[in-house]
Amino acid sequence: MTDIAQDRSANSGSSFAWFEKSREKLPAIIAVIGLIALWQGIVWGFSVPTYMAPGPFEVLGAFQENAAVLFNNFWPTFFEALLGFVFGNLIAILLAVLFVHSMTAERAFYPIAVFINTIPIIAVAPILVLIFGNGLAPKIIIAALICFFPTLVNMVRGLKAVNPATLDLMRVLSATNSEVFWKVRLQSSLPFLFAALKIASTTCVIGAIVAEWIGSNFGLGALIIEATYNFRSPLLYATVFTAALLAVCLFALVSIAEKYFIRWKAPAVH
Amino acid sequence: MAVMDIAEDAVSASAETALAVSIDNIDVRFGSGDAIVTALKGVSVDIADGAFVTMLGPSGCGKSTLLRAIADLVPTSNGQIKVHGRTPEEARKSRDFAFVFQDATLLPWRSAIDNVKLPLEVGKPGPAHADPKELLELVGLSGRENALPAELSGGMRQRVAIARALVTRPRILLMDEPFGALDEITRDKLNEELLRIWQETGTTILFVTHSIPEAAFLGQKVLVLAAHPGRVKEFMPVDLEFPRHLAMRDTMEFIQITAHLRQLLEEC
Ligand SMILES: Nc1ncnc2c1ncn2[C@@H]1O[C@H](COP(=O)(O)OP(=O)(O)OP(=O)(O)O)[C@@H](O)[C@H]1O
Ligand SMILES: [Mg+2]
Repeated sequence: MTDIAQDRSANSGSSFAWFEKSREKLPAIIAVIGLIALWQGIVWGFSVPTYMAPGPFEVLGAFQENAAVLFNNFWPTFFEALLGFVFGNLIAILLAVLFVHSMTAERAFYPIAVFINTIPIIAVAPILVLIFGNGLAPKIIIAALICFFPTLVNMVRGLKAVNPATLDLMRVLSATNSEVFWKVRLQSSLPFLFAALKIASTTCVIGAIVAEWIGSNFGLGALIIEATYNFRSPLLYATVFTAALLAVCLFALVSIAEKYFIRWKAPAVH
Repeated sequence: MAVMDIAEDAVSASAETALAVSIDNIDVRFGSGDAIVTALKGVSVDIADGAFVTMLGPSGCGKSTLLRAIADLVPTSNGQIKVHGRTPEEARKSRDFAFVFQDATLLPWRSAIDNVKLPLEVGKPGPAHADPKELLELVGLSGRENALPAELSGGMRQRVAIARALVTRPRILLMDEPFGALDEITRDKLNEELLRIWQETGTTILFVTHSIPEAAFLGQKVLVLAAHPGRVKEFMPVDLEFPRHLAMRDTMEFIQITAHLRQLLEEC
């Protein structure tokens, strides 16, 4: 047992391990290259006009030509998504903690949370724009709204998913409620929380972009609308890839945090 | 005459304090209305300080319930339980007893040593406690202090749970099928170790099991419970000397004892 663990840690530093690791990723890399080649092949083979669907090289060109535009519109979307992520999840976590401590609070607010979740985000966006104007605020709120519900549900589940025998143990030890919360509930909810945060890390970008579609003049969402109306397809594609890149980065950050916070082997969640 | 009375009082008083657990005619019921279940009915039993008592009985007869009632995890609806002369709640708050559950119930994010330290971090731990590191040594886990539960085998996890139970130096150890999920060889090994720990620490042990040989091998006395409703069938002494060794289980005496226990269980 110890031997295996030592072998693994000894390997991970060497170049051999790096080689092994990249070999693991080789199929994925080949698949991506293959898909891009297929895409180029279809565009060439069927002589698809650029305004309808550009080829990969044209998209690459659009990245180069519009680097400044993409960069300038990337940051607002990034901040909206990030702040929405932070606030949406923070409120969801705090509310989940409240629900677990107070049955009355859960009974009072859970139905409201469900109701809010059933309203289509696209329908809320114009309302918020009317109230908060054209600045960052409505976008952050929409990004937060889209994160909020999955995190709330998962966090409530996680805080309650404590082994009953562990609660018996804490009672035999005469532990107080706050000790049970800090020493047991919070830790055992982490796998559930991170499952939700991973979902939120990509949906918050969707929230920000959808919010920018409604009468905004900045951000990747606005750029998508503008590029579409002007038939600047390569720019449109480049913008979409930038948005995807943003979501992937946020997802990777959450995954790194998960590895850091959950070093113990997680019991199967779901 | 008066002098004799006083002497008698003194004797009975000392006899009472020498009891680790005294259970007097308790009932335990679950549910309410039509769905009421009587788990225990009129159970009385005295357990001497420092004794090793094993508990046997058919499934659902209330062995766990009796242990949980002593541990203040389940309320009694009649009679009374005294743990070293105090109520279970008082005993729990002053850490008189520790509980070992069937599955080790370790916190998976804590290392072995941090799991052993848990009782010292919550509630109101008394000033006297054992050294967690030495305890892991006692249960044969030195060198694995920093291992996470997921990296330990089932038997090792159960040893950590025993070390955790011993860390507050409890006077009573309540064990509910602690080795039930282990293979026979591991179980035998832990049985011998548990006897060694019992002799080294002088702790009173109440040990629930499904295994007749385990009950006979470990216990100074075996408490046999009958079902529907849960009640005491017999509180049988095991006349085998200590220290006990696994080879004893092949002796005629041992086989007679287990045969008797098996017969008792069949009557339950
Ligand atoms: N929390 C509870 N709620 C309702 N009924 C319960 C509860 N706990 C135990 N019971 C009932 O009390 C009776 C005794 O249960 P208990 O768990 O003490 O049995 P046991 O002797 O430990 O059985 P086993 O050997 O299978 O562990 C059973 O009929 C059971 O259904
Ligand atoms: Mg039981």
